[in-house]
This record gives sequence, C-alpha cells and structure tokens, in this order.
Amino acid sequence: MLNLFTQARRAAGRAAVGATVLALAGLTVPAHAQETIKVGVLHSLSGTMAISETTLKDTVLFMVQEQNAKGGVLGKKLEAVVVDPASNWPLFAEKARELIAKDKVAVVFGCWTSVSRKSVLPVFKELNSILFYPVQYEGEESERNVFYTGAAPNQQAIPAVDYLMENEGVKRWVLAGTDYVYPRTTNKILEAYLKSKGVPAEDIMINYTPFGHSDWQTIVADIKKFGSAGKKTAVVSTINGDANVPFYKELGNQGIKATDIPVVAFSVGEEELAGIDTKPLVGHLAAWNYFQSVDTPANKDFIAKWQAYTKNPKRVTNDPMEATVIGFNMWVKAVEKAGTTEPDKVIPALIGVAVPNLSGGFSAMMPNHHITKPVLIGEIKDDGQFDIVEQTPGLIVAEEWSPHLEGSKDLISDWRSPLNCGNFNVKTGKCGGAGN
Amino acid sequence: MISSARLRRLSCALLLALCGLCGALFSQPAVAQDISSPLAQLATDSYADTEAALGALALSGSPAAAGIVSALADGKLVFSAVPRQVFLRTEAGLVDPLTLQPVADPPAVKPVRVNNRVRRAIEAANGTLSLVSPDPARRLEAATAVARSRDTAALPALDLALSKEADPKVKTALTLARASIVMGQPGVSDAERIAAIGLVGAEGNQDALAILQGVPAESSPAVKQAAADAIAGIERSLAMWSMAQNVWYGLSLGSVLLLAAIGLAITFGVMGVINMAHGEMVMLGAYTTFVVQDAIRTYNPGLFDWSLIIAIPLAFLFTGLIGVIIERTVIRFLYGRALETLLATWGISLILQQAIRTIFGPTNREVGAPSWMSGSFDIGQLAITSGRLWIIVFAILVFVALLATLRMTRIGLEMRAVTQNRRMAASMGIRTNWVDAMTFGLGSGIAGIAGVALSQIDNVSPNLGQSYIIDSFLVVVFGGVGNLWGTLVGAMSLGIANKLLEPYAGAVLGKIALLVIVILFIQKRPRGLFALKGRSIEA
Amino acid sequence: MSPSDTRPPALIPTNGLVFLGVLAAVAVLVPLLNLTTSPDAAVHVPTYVVSLLGKYLTYALLALSVDLIWGYVGILSLGQGAFFALGGYAMGMYLMRQIGTRGVYGDPVLPDFMVFLNWKELPWFWYGFDLFPFALLMVVLAPGILALVFGWFAFRSRVTGVYLSIITQAMTFALLLAFFRNDMGFGGNNGLTDFKDILGFNIQSDGTRAVLFFLSALALGLGYVLCRFLVRSHFGKVLIAIRDAETRVRFTGYRAENYKLVAFVVSAMLAGIAGALYVPQVGIINPSEFSPANSIEIIVWVAVGGRGTLVGAALGAVLVNYAKTYFTSGFLAPYWLFMLGGLFVAVTLFLPKGIVGTYYEWREKRRPPADAAGEPLPDPKPAE
Repeated sequence: MLNLFTQARRAAGRAAVGATVLALAGLTVPAHAQETIKVGVLHSLSGTMAISETTLKDTVLFMVQEQNAKGGVLGKKLEAVVVDPASNWPLFAEKARELIAKDKVAVVFGCWTSVSRKSVLPVFKELNSILFYPVQYEGEESERNVFYTGAAPNQQAIPAVDYLMENEGVKRWVLAGTDYVYPRTTNKILEAYLKSKGVPAEDIMINYTPFGHSDWQTIVADIKKFGSAGKKTAVVSTINGDANVPFYKELGNQGIKATDIPVVAFSVGEEELAGIDTKPLVGHLAAWNYFQSVDTPANKDFIAKWQAYTKNPKRVTNDPMEATVIGFNMWVKAVEKAGTTEPDKVIPALIGVAVPNLSGGFSAMMPNHHITKPVLIGEIKDDGQFDIVEQTPGLIVAEEWSPHLEGSKDLISDWRSPLNCGNFNVKTGKCGGAGN
Repeated sequence: MISSARLRRLSCALLLALCGLCGALFSQPAVAQDISSPLAQLATDSYADTEAALGALALSGSPAAAGIVSALADGKLVFSAVPRQVFLRTEAGLVDPLTLQPVADPPAVKPVRVNNRVRRAIEAANGTLSLVSPDPARRLEAATAVARSRDTAALPALDLALSKEADPKVKTALTLARASIVMGQPGVSDAERIAAIGLVGAEGNQDALAILQGVPAESSPAVKQAAADAIAGIERSLAMWSMAQNVWYGLSLGSVLLLAAIGLAITFGVMGVINMAHGEMVMLGAYTTFVVQDAIRTYNPGLFDWSLIIAIPLAFLFTGLIGVIIERTVIRFLYGRALETLLATWGISLILQQAIRTIFGPTNREVGAPSWMSGSFDIGQLAITSGRLWIIVFAILVFVALLATLRMTRIGLEMRAVTQNRRMAASMGIRTNWVDAMTFGLGSGIAGIAGVALSQIDNVSPNLGQSYIIDSFLVVVFGGVGNLWGTLVGAMSLGIANKLLEPYAGAVLGKIALLVIVILFIQKRPRGLFALKGRSIEA
Repeated sequence: MSPSDTRPPALIPTNGLVFLGVLAAVAVLVPLLNLTTSPDAAVHVPTYVVSLLGKYLTYALLALSVDLIWGYVGILSLGQGAFFALGGYAMGMYLMRQIGTRGVYGDPVLPDFMVFLNWKELPWFWYGFDLFPFALLMVVLAPGILALVFGWFAFRSRVTGVYLSIITQAMTFALLLAFFRNDMGFGGNNGLTDFKDILGFNIQSDGTRAVLFFLSALALGLGYVLCRFLVRSHFGKVLIAIRDAETRVRFTGYRAENYKLVAFVVSAMLAGIAGALYVPQVGIINPSEFSPANSIEIIVWVAVGGRGTLVGAALGAVLVNYAKTYFTSGFLAPYWLFMLGGLFVAVTLFLPKGIVGTYYEWREKRRPPADAAGEPLPDPKPAE
C-alpha cells in the first residue's frame, strides 16, 4: 500500500512536467533517464465487481514491481496508474479515456465483465491503445486493439463436457446460468455440441437467473427433479460470481452431492471458494486453464512470490490472475521486440510472442489476438483448492468465432497482413461480417 | 423416507451387494481370493483402474478389503510407481495393506487419487460390506435402490432375499423393488403386472412415476390402462405436494424477508428515519458471525456448533452500538427532516461498505453451517431443509421478542411514547434523547441479528446489505409503516406470492410481476396493508 | 423569506442570469478551445475533458428535472433514473440502427446482439427507430407516457411521502430486472454500445463531440428557463402550495393530483432528454442506469446543491460528479467511497439547505431581501 502511495504521489507530481516534456519532444522514445513507462490498471475497486477485480489490480502492481526489480523495460522503470471505474460501465469508458489521453499510458490491463469491455472498446479503437483482457468470455469478438488472454468458450466449456460424458457417463444436462451474454453464448454452443453428440432435446434443461440471485430453493429442487429420471445428470453452471455462494449452499442444504449430480462451473475459482465452506461441495468440478494446485516449479515460485508480495500466506491465486500474468509478460516481450511502446509497433509484435504459462507450457499469442491454453478440469477439495483430474494433452487454440453459432460460423480473424481483419468471412471472401 | 439422492448412490452398491448376497446364499464358500492384482491396479494412477480394483476388492471376500477401501476413502492409501505397490499410511508410517506390517524401506509414495467416479465405487464397495451387516436400515436403503435401478439381473437375488427377510419394512421395500422389475420384464402375466402397478402406484412419488412410465409399449390394453390410471393418480398427488412445497419455499423466503426488514420496521417504520444504512447493519451482523467463527476455529474448534448462538448476542450488541453511535452523531440532528436522513444514511452506508472492504477485503468470507443446521428431511413428498426451518423459527422468535420488548418492557413503552408524541413524552420526564438512541440501537441490533441468519444462506461480502435494502423497504411499506404485524404479514405474503409465481413465470418475470402487483396494491391502499388509524389527514 | 414582498419575482433572477451566463460561456468556449487550439497550447481543452463536461451537463439537466418535482412539488422520486434511461435507450436504439452493416456480423438490419442470440427479425418495438425524428419523439414520449400512467395511478389514489418514494423505487427496480433480460430485445446486460455515427456524423469525431456538448449546454439552459417559467407562474404557485400543504390546496378547490401529474410528466420528459444527450457522449446505455442506487444518487446531487433552487441542483450534479471523477483516480482510488459518503453526511449536517440554499440564507441575513430568488423551503416541522 505504502509503495503504491509513493508511486502515485510521484506520478501526480510528475504528471504535468512529464506531459509537457513528452509533448515537446513529440516522441515516445525520450532519452531522459528518469522517464517511466506508464501502465494503466482499469479494474473496479468498489461496487459489485470489486469482489473479483481487486485481485487483478494487485496482480498488475505485483508484476510491475517484479519487472522493475529486473530492470524495467527498455531501460525504463514501469509505473502503474490505478483508477477505479467502480463497477459502473459508462465510468469504465470515461476512465479508459482518462488513462490513455491524460495519463498517456502505454498499455491498459483491465475489465472483467463483458459489458465493461464493450464499453471501453470504442475508446481503445479511437485513441489507438492496447487493452489486455484477462477473463474467460463468450468470444464472438476480435479487435485490433484488444488482446484476449482469458479462455474462449472452446477453451473451457467443451473439454469439461467431454470429461463428464466420458468419465462420469452423464446423459442428462442442466445448463444453468446468469442471464447475460457469456452464459447465453456458452449454453448455445454447448446445446449445439450436445445435440451433435446425440443428446436428445428433452435431456437438456436450460435455466437463466438474474444477477445476484439469492433464493435458489425452487431451481435446485427443479434440478433435483430433473436428475431423478434415472439417467446420470450433471449441471453445467455459468452462474456468475455473487450468485454462486447461495447456489452451492442450497445444493448442500438439499443434500445434492457431487456423486449424485456433479456441477461443473466455469466461473468458480479459488477466490470464489474462499467464501464458501467447501466440505459439502467436495467433488463438484470446475474447468479452467490454471489452478493454484498446478504442480509445476514455475507455479510454486509464483505463488511464493505472490504471497510474499501480499504479505498474506493464505492468499490464493486463480485463473484470471494467470491470464493477467501471461498478458503482462507478453506485452513486455513484445515491447522489447519492437523496441518501443508505440501501439502501432507493439500490436503486430505481439502476434507470435510466446511466454511460459504457470502450468508448465508456453502460451502463444495467435493472429486472432487470443492465446493458446491448456484446459484443466479440477474437483473441489475440502480445503478450497482443486484436485486436477484431467488436463488436455496439448494446448488449445481459441475459436474466437464459434463454429456452432449461426451468425459466426463463416468468420475468422487474422490481424496479420494482408488480411488484417477481425471478422473475415471465408464464404464471401470479404472483411466485415456475414453481410454483403 | 430416505432422500432420493442417497438412493441413487446406493444403486451401484446394490448390484455388487446382490452379487455378494447371491454368492453367500448359493452357499459357495467365500474363498479369500488373491487380491494382489487389484492391489497392483490401484497403483497405476488411473481412475478407471482404481474403479475396477474396487469392484474386484468388494467381491474378493478378502478380510483386508474393508481396511483398504476405507483407507482410500480417507486419502490414506498411497502408492509407489516403482515398484508398483500400494501401502496404508498410518501414524506409525507406511504399512503393508495385507499384513499391516510396517514397511522397512519405504519408497517415494503419492496418495491414490479419488474423483467422483472412484467415490461412487467406494460407496458401492462399502454398500456391499454393509449389506451383510445386520442393520435393517442399510438393507432397506439397498432394497429401495434396486427398485430404482430396475435391473433384471437382480431378480433372483431379490426373490431369495425376500424369502429370508423378517423385518416387515424391509420386506415391503423388497416387494416393491420386485414389482418395479417385474413390470418391465417380458413374459410376465397381465395379472402380475397389474398387481405390480398397484404396488408401485401406491408409493406415489417421483420415482414411482418414473417406473410406471417405463411400462413396455407392447403391453396389453388392460395393463396400459392400469398404468395410466396410476400415473394420473400420482400426478394429481404430486401436484398437490408441489403446491405445498412452493408454499414452504414461500414461507422460507418470507422469513428471510422478515428478518431483513424487521430492523427497518423500527428505524424506518417507528422512528421515520429513511435508513439507507439498514442493509449495512445486516452486513455487519454477518461479518460479526464470520469473526466469531474465525475466533472459534482458531481457539476452540469444539465450540463450532455453538458459533451462531454465540454470534447472536455479539452481533446484536455490536451493530446496536454502531447504531447508537450513528444516531448520536448524525441522525439526531435530522429528526423531522425524514428525507434528509435518506441522504445522510446513504453516505453512512457507503462509508461502512468501504470500511468493511478495506478491513476484510472485497472477497466473500466463509461462514460455515453448524451441524444442526445442515441436512434435510422429508414429510411426505415435501423436502424440508433444516437450515431453512431454523431460519423460519428464528425469524418468528425475533419477531416475538421484539413485539414483547415494545409491548411489555419499560423501554418499549417509552419508545412508543416518544415516537407517538415527543413533547408530551418529554414533559412526562422521559429522556427522549436517550430513548431515541436506544430505539435506533434496537433497530440496528435486530438488523445485526438478521445478518447472523442471512450469513447462512447468502454471500458474506461488503455488498450483502445492498441486495436486501430494496426488498426491506418494500416489505415495510407494503405491510404498513409503523406496524410490526404489517411487516410480518407483508414479508410472508410477498415471499409466498413470489414462490407461487416463480414456477410459472420464472425467477425474473415472477419478481417483476410481484413488483407491479405491489405498486398497484399501494394505489389501492396508499398506507399499506395495516394502515395506522388516526384522525390526522396528513400523517 | 420575503412574505411582505408582493411583486412577482423575475423570470430569471440574478443568480439565474449568472448561471445562464456561465453556461453560455462554457457552451461556446469549451468546444471552441477544443477545436481551434493546438493540443500543445496552454488553453487547449482536451477531447476527454469535453466529453466529461458534456456528461456533467446532462447530469445537471437530470438533476434539474428532479428539483422541479422534489423542490417544488415535494415528490421525492427514487425512480427518476428510469426516465433518464428510457430516453437514453430511445436514442441508443436510433444509434444502433445507424450502425447498419458495420456491425461485427455485418447484418444490415439486426443489431449485433440479435444476430448473436440467433434472432431472425427485428422485434416490432424497434420499428421506426431508424428515423431520427421518430427516435426524438420517443425520447420524450417513452418516459412521458410511463410517468403519465404511473403518476395518474399514484396521485389519483393520493399515494404520498415515503410510500410514493418506495413505489417509484419499485418501478425502476422492475424495469432494471426487465431490461436485464436478454429476451426483452434490448441487449440484456451489455445494453447498446459500439455506436458509429449520428445523423451521418462520426460520433467519435471532435466536431460531433463539440456539437453534442453545445446541445447539452443548450438543453440545460432551456430546461432551466422552462423550470423557472413553470415555478414562477400561477401553476407553479399551486405546486409550491401542494408541497407545503396538499390538503389545504385540495380544500380550496384545486385538483392537486392534476397539477402534480403535469409536473411529474414534464420532469420525466426532461430526464428523458438528458438521457438522450448522455448516451451518444458516453457511448453506452445499459440496464444499470435503472438501478435504484443511481436514482438515489441523483437525489444526493440535488440535496448537495440545494433543493428548490434549480441552479443549485445543476451545480450539485456537476460538483458531485467532478468529485467522483477526481477521487476515483490515482492514490485516492481505494478510498473514494469514504470521501463521497463523508461528503453526503457533512452536507446534511452542516449545509442542510445545500450549497445554494445556504448561500441564499447567508445573503438574506446580511441585507434585507432585494429579490426573492428561489422558493425557500418551509422550516422543518418537528417530529410528531
């Protein structure tokens, strides 16, 4: 905290001088030794999303400190500029503009919800800056100025369903989610996928609930009833953050155990479990690209340093944190490759950059601005950690445009020349979506 | 009744159990087979192999099997890759699973891993062992499980078991199980089928419905008719039960609303303070519970079941104290300016939220359920979860206690006097300032107690209060400001209406419909359900 | 207070003239300095400041609409955000239709989120929004009709005080839940975003921003004059009488509910216009604008500035939002809620009449009343 204080105060003091110097020099590569490279952090520190996003702010600050200890980037120290968009979507756009236009940051790490990303997109396009987005999301997007280090639906949902089919013999599916874009898309993709695997429509139940839904009695009872038809049943949960705790508590209360009806979740990680008594939940599953329990030297080292940095030996790590770390390292590498922080040079340099991930492999930035990832399936243990029961043998490339959705099955994204397009239609051979 | 969830877990157990039973009954001596190959399978670090090994172990009749299975369940079974071998981890170190002798030169070992599939196999294997145990309850569970599995192969074993069974309850269950199997079998006479349908139909639950729907399509019309009649009967009774279930859910939701709103009924209803910080008082109560549980976990884990009981008075005192402080420093300057209390308390709520976020962090905090609040039981087709039942009981207790305080104690009398006519009360010698502080403290303290209960069903996070504030105001206004009974009736009717609407309209539309209904209701009765009677035109 | 002063107050009092003068200066200077000076110049106004100030101005108009009904009629609406959001959605729907084939899927008719959810055709309530005049009409009609229906029910059955406040809150909460639903056809939680142009002008260009800014200032100025005109007229006197003693007004033969209804509908329409100007400047409209907390915040702006002063409401909106912008950046970011919360408590305790109200009080104490500017609130009644 103290560190952040001094940094910020220094920033405030130097902002005016720095800006003028920059403006006069008219270049992004000044020779001044004191010059720093600014890194924007756009995560909610208050409001409903603070619960998830605060950790990512800490992660970026931690990475900045680590990088500075290694000597910074291009011989300059990094400096984090933290703002609080307060879980307010228009405020995200305002703060993004402030970071880029006023603070002149070289890159922004931020956003969690899809709506916050959608809100800042036009700003990043207009002011031509770089956003690293670290959370699993619904796909159906590929923008020149955004790099997606979280999972696309095919990097999380489909391997999880495969696992349940093969290992647990699941025949009947409940797709339960919060009513917003990510669950809607994921469930659409899963529904198409399950049907292609021969699951009849009456064996799929889809249910949507509002944000922060807290009374799950009726829905859990429905799931229980749906699961008593004699076929092995599983729940695929895309229930969002806050609603998960009462959902799992109700599952426990109504005596549904993982051996009866397993629940596989895509939004429940170590941070979320820290708020739940996990003893009744042992055996329920989650699919991610990283777990704290990953048994690699790189991960152990990272956890030790992270816990030392936060001065909390119990502080957990999670998947979006790893995605932030990967994104940060990729940016550093690309800046060093390009020799400048100028977005027009860094954006092409980022494609093809590969950095070690924490699960023992290398993640690479693909031409569609998404990264390759392994998929891990974990079962909840009674200590709030995950027991990894399955890991895909190789890395999976993101399908930013899902082949299972009508509107996007002909689209691809490739930001290299000569294509340079986020929504190229392979049928019409034109950039710009499915239309004419 | 046994919960249906447990039944399914046992269905696997049953297959194995019956095989074991057959083996025993057909008087083949249980030869202790060589279990070295399943043991080697346990050491391959593959879930499929572990599962297969468990099946083999359960049927082996080896005296060591039970020990190995329970060690696996407890995570005490370890293996070494080279040589491929398993060991039991005991306090004395690694021991051989067969001889139980310590291993002289232990290799590097890892625990044999368990997933859902293996966990099910463990339960199945344990089931086999328990079925031979003389406990009739276990046999009963097994019989009910076979009724659901409808495995034709189990029929001879069932017949055999039926002939030996003495316990009438188990016998009924076995008969039922037999009937379930007979129904779907080819070559069974119509009379036997119809009898079976009658037996199953009498059960009247969801399982019976599933069994009856499995009557083969090629059955004779008489059989089909009998099945259809039975199905119709069950569906009728299930519809009734599901109505009862919805009412129960409604009562449960109503009790949550009551708890959330009852403190507000004091600070807002009685004192007229538009207390936007009410939700944060609930949150503080929940955090008090967390702190109490944390302390208990650290210093005296044995007291964990008492943690909520301990937290209740502490939460009351703590949030009550905060309430008194807020009243003395802010609210007391704002009496008579109700709308400005909205502004000030909104500010206070922001401060409290951020304070908690700074102290405890923005993430959820874990509040566990004591053992007496976990689990569920059935009444007929009605599933009652203990946690919810306790919350209803607790809500009613709080309500009664509050009512009694206001009606029967001196401070209650003074509170009513001050809120009804401040000047008159003051001239009678009541210290109105002190009473104001106490009243606000009481309302806040009650909110804190509600937080203890709500920590059992919701997130303990800085946002906890925000999610209840709108509903709380709605309940108080709907019931009629200034009337505790109105709050009770308001909470319960909103809860039940919500849950009756939910199955038809879905969670979201149901809630929207309810809000519209409340808005329209207020048009009809602009002062709520139980309006205070008075002569004043402008209250 | 000037009970003996019988002259009708001026349409625009001195402080109003100051307000309008400052507003006019800002409306002209800010876009001018943004467009004509080079970015290095000392007087240059960066684009992000223009859009920020533009947002404040729409908030100020929204606050004005609240002050009209709260300050002068005594209706504490905790649902004013709903009218604001409805106006915003109407404008957002027009902007969505303008995207045309430039959406990521390139569908000429359907907005992206509909293609995404596999909708085959445009829902009926989206018809007409490709026409700007129709969208403009809906900007005032949608909130206006909702206010008319809601107000007609509420005022006719004499729902007043906190009861009215709570049901307005229930109204905006119900709309929040409804707009969150993806099946509603308004884009669910993501709302409407990624706008391209308005009336053929690129929405991100500095020129368009400058015009939008100017229009926001103009709307605020006109809104202020309209409100002044209303409260100063005979109609306005009745409104103030209703605020102070509704029953007496009714006993004198006035149909109080009709007066309230007109004020309520006008206020909703003003809020709708504010919303319509807000959306193109911030670039997104989403159901969270319906959240009850937002509506409470609007009340807070008015209270900070001074209830029943009009100028104060606008000032409060700008000040509180500037504070929010300032506190949410830099090292203060983790603590800004303390500041904001503390500000609200402090204002109620030490400036119960708000900034402008307190200024009036202070001025009246110093010299005998010259012009009765705002309509001062009655002294608080003791709790009964």
